[in-house]
Amino acid sequence: MYSFDMTSEQKMLVDTVHRYAEKQLRPIYREAEEHKEVPEDAIQTGWELGLLPGSIEDEYGGFGEYSAITSALYLEELAWGDVGLSLHLLTPNLFALPIALFGSKKQKETYLPTFCDEEFPKATAAIIEPVYQFDPADLAATAEKEGSEYVINGKKTFVPLAKDAERFLVYANEKGTTQAFIVPADTPGVQVEDRVTMMGAHALAVYNMSFENVRVPKANRLGGLKGIRVNRLLTVSRISLAAMAVGQAKAAYEYALNYAKERVAFGEPIAHRQSIAFMLAEMAIEIESTRLMVWEAAYKFDHKEDASRAAYLAKQYADKMVLEVTDRAVQILGGHGYIREHPVELWLRNGRGFVTWDGLAMA
Amino acid sequence: MPIEFKTPEAIEKQMQQVHIVAENVMRPDSRYLDDHEHERPVKFVNMIWPQMKQMEASNLKAALSRAEAKNGKSVAKNGNGNGASKPSIANLTLLHMIEELSWGDAGIYLCIPSSALAGAAINAVATPEQLERFLRRFTEGEPKWGAMAMTEPNAGSDTSNIQTTATFDEETNEWVLNGEKIFCTSGQLALEESNGLVVVWATVDKSAGRAGMKPFVVEANTPGVTIAKVEEKLGIRASDTVSIVLDNARIPAENILGDAEVRAGKGNKGFKGAMKTFDASRPMVAASAIGIGRAAFEFTRDTLAKQGVRMEYNKPRWKLTSVQADLLEMEMQLKAAWLLTLEAGALLDAKQDNKLQSSMAKVKAGKAVTHITQKAVELLGPLGYSTELLVEKWMRDAKINDIFEGTGQINTLVVARQILGYTRLELK
Repeated sequence: MYSFDMTSEQKMLVDTVHRYAEKQLRPIYREAEEHKEVPEDAIQTGWELGLLPGSIEDEYGGFGEYSAITSALYLEELAWGDVGLSLHLLTPNLFALPIALFGSKKQKETYLPTFCDEEFPKATAAIIEPVYQFDPADLAATAEKEGSEYVINGKKTFVPLAKDAERFLVYANEKGTTQAFIVPADTPGVQVEDRVTMMGAHALAVYNMSFENVRVPKANRLGGLKGIRVNRLLTVSRISLAAMAVGQAKAAYEYALNYAKERVAFGEPIAHRQSIAFMLAEMAIEIESTRLMVWEAAYKFDHKEDASRAAYLAKQYADKMVLEVTDRAVQILGGHGYIREHPVELWLRNGRGFVTWDGLAMA
Repeated sequence: MPIEFKTPEAIEKQMQQVHIVAENVMRPDSRYLDDHEHERPVKFVNMIWPQMKQMEASNLKAALSRAEAKNGKSVAKNGNGNGASKPSIANLTLLHMIEELSWGDAGIYLCIPSSALAGAAINAVATPEQLERFLRRFTEGEPKWGAMAMTEPNAGSDTSNIQTTATFDEETNEWVLNGEKIFCTSGQLALEESNGLVVVWATVDKSAGRAGMKPFVVEANTPGVTIAKVEEKLGIRASDTVSIVLDNARIPAENILGDAEVRAGKGNKGFKGAMKTFDASRPMVAASAIGIGRAAFEFTRDTLAKQGVRMEYNKPRWKLTSVQADLLEMEMQLKAAWLLTLEAGALLDAKQDNKLQSSMAKVKAGKAVTHITQKAVELLGPLGYSTELLVEKWMRDAKINDIFEGTGQINTLVVARQILGYTRLELK
């Protein structure tokens, strides 16, 4: 069938996350953005929602089962609160989820329980590279097998929370395919370099990294002997990012809509004019279209159908949509939209980020 | 029901049959009927009529039991006494069918013999007696057509401005209709080429505005009703679009749908009834648009693949050629429009309000498919522009979907009013 209703459990979760976004993220997002810092207690409160353990099976310490659709639903709410803060909160997922979904049994047993504690885990992933033309399926960083070890070389950028991380999941090119390797932070050759400032999402601390002859045991290869098919992993990331794009767009749309109803020009609210009202209608249509594309891809993933094409289409569509919608929001606010007193300028900067963030979020 | 994106098996099976018709009965006649405007797709009509009769019969049965229930009569004989019934998929089925038939040929699809929009209007408010008298004919005998006449030379999107009048003649107990209707789809099939009917919107009181607007059933062979003009069009040429002149056309008192009283506000079922029909018909138009769009997309994709230009997925955008990026855009737009359309249809099946979603789907599909078919002509170059292929025809056919059942702009206005919570006075 085609149906569009959440289960009551999903609804409860979405309400909880929405409340968190509204009460914890919205009041601090501007300060976090300007100071490029995230208050620890906001993240701790977010961590206590148990979103990640909710995707980990109970034999590994969690209390749930991964569902792309449930994740898509709450990601929309999180990103509605703030994208930078959300990406910070979701950083441990970048290490844990690939293990939960594609790791060997041994890897799951070793690592997953550490993601089910009360403390925010210090783990992240290094996938994006400092190049003009980035392709996660064709990486410049290399991994070569030498005896019982892998040797990793290369440069990475946009590694979230790298400074405090105790372990990394590092993606590298192994004989033409992308594989991932578990790398403890204290391994010789691992170097966390400067913090990088992105155009938007300043709250998220991201770093450049270099890996020079970094040696890890072959058991640290994600998925063990089988390795991974990176496209399956990216499918999850694409669904997640597209869902967050919907959340970001929704925030901008709502803000612009309320503004247009209150802002009076020529004696009446500007929303009374078709030039404004039609922009809002277009935004609403595009947001709903994208949401449905995300849900369809997530549904396919959860039902073990091949979701990769649907996820790719959803992400491509969402990249464009979120830029357009956030841009329209600035436009509707006019000069006020350009001023940092209003959030829409930040949301436009965030909106442009999605297209460059392949692999930067997973939930 | 939890979130689900799966075509029901029953629909999938049915669509295999419909696809055979689309491919083998419609496509071969596409070009001929485009070249010979005003000729009829006889083969298709005769082939599909038995199925349409069945569908009309089951719709009529359902409408009769609903109408009788409203009149306080028992419907126990039809009741599914054991509680929960399966969720209806009638509208979802129809959407899939329209999409597939329009993939075959949108003009021919519009010639489908059925009560169509007239049926929807009658179904919404008719008494059991009216249902029998007007809709029984669509379940038996020769192929018949129903049509809707709303638009006038000076009333397009502003439907409430219609000038056609209906005056009641107490002596003969008849309504007398006067005026001119234009752009009536299948009007000729309904009035001259079959024993069909047209639902004509007229005002019983011009001073009352919307409240005065009422639907009347005008049957074939009514004296005073003439087809004044058969339009020649950009596309969908297999489908007839006519203007109808009503010159003292007399119809029985019982041919008014709903009551004759003029009431403003809540009791004003006339105009609201018309708008309600749009909630059901707009997703259908969207589905038809998407069928054309899919035809154009699939043909372009497959033709270019034979030339060595293959679509690529899962690659970053910078690794795509501009043609690959265009194809990707076409596929995404098509999917976005189709999912919105399915949502509008699913809500309709669940008997939930879908005004917002149905207008969203219509806006999106009209615009997306206009773009997709125009792009298809471009991507296929001189051959795409040539009448050797059907692509140029699909571009012409597609355009109507951004126009009829409310232009893209009117539907955007409907969406805008809904999201802003504005009336037509606040947002003109």
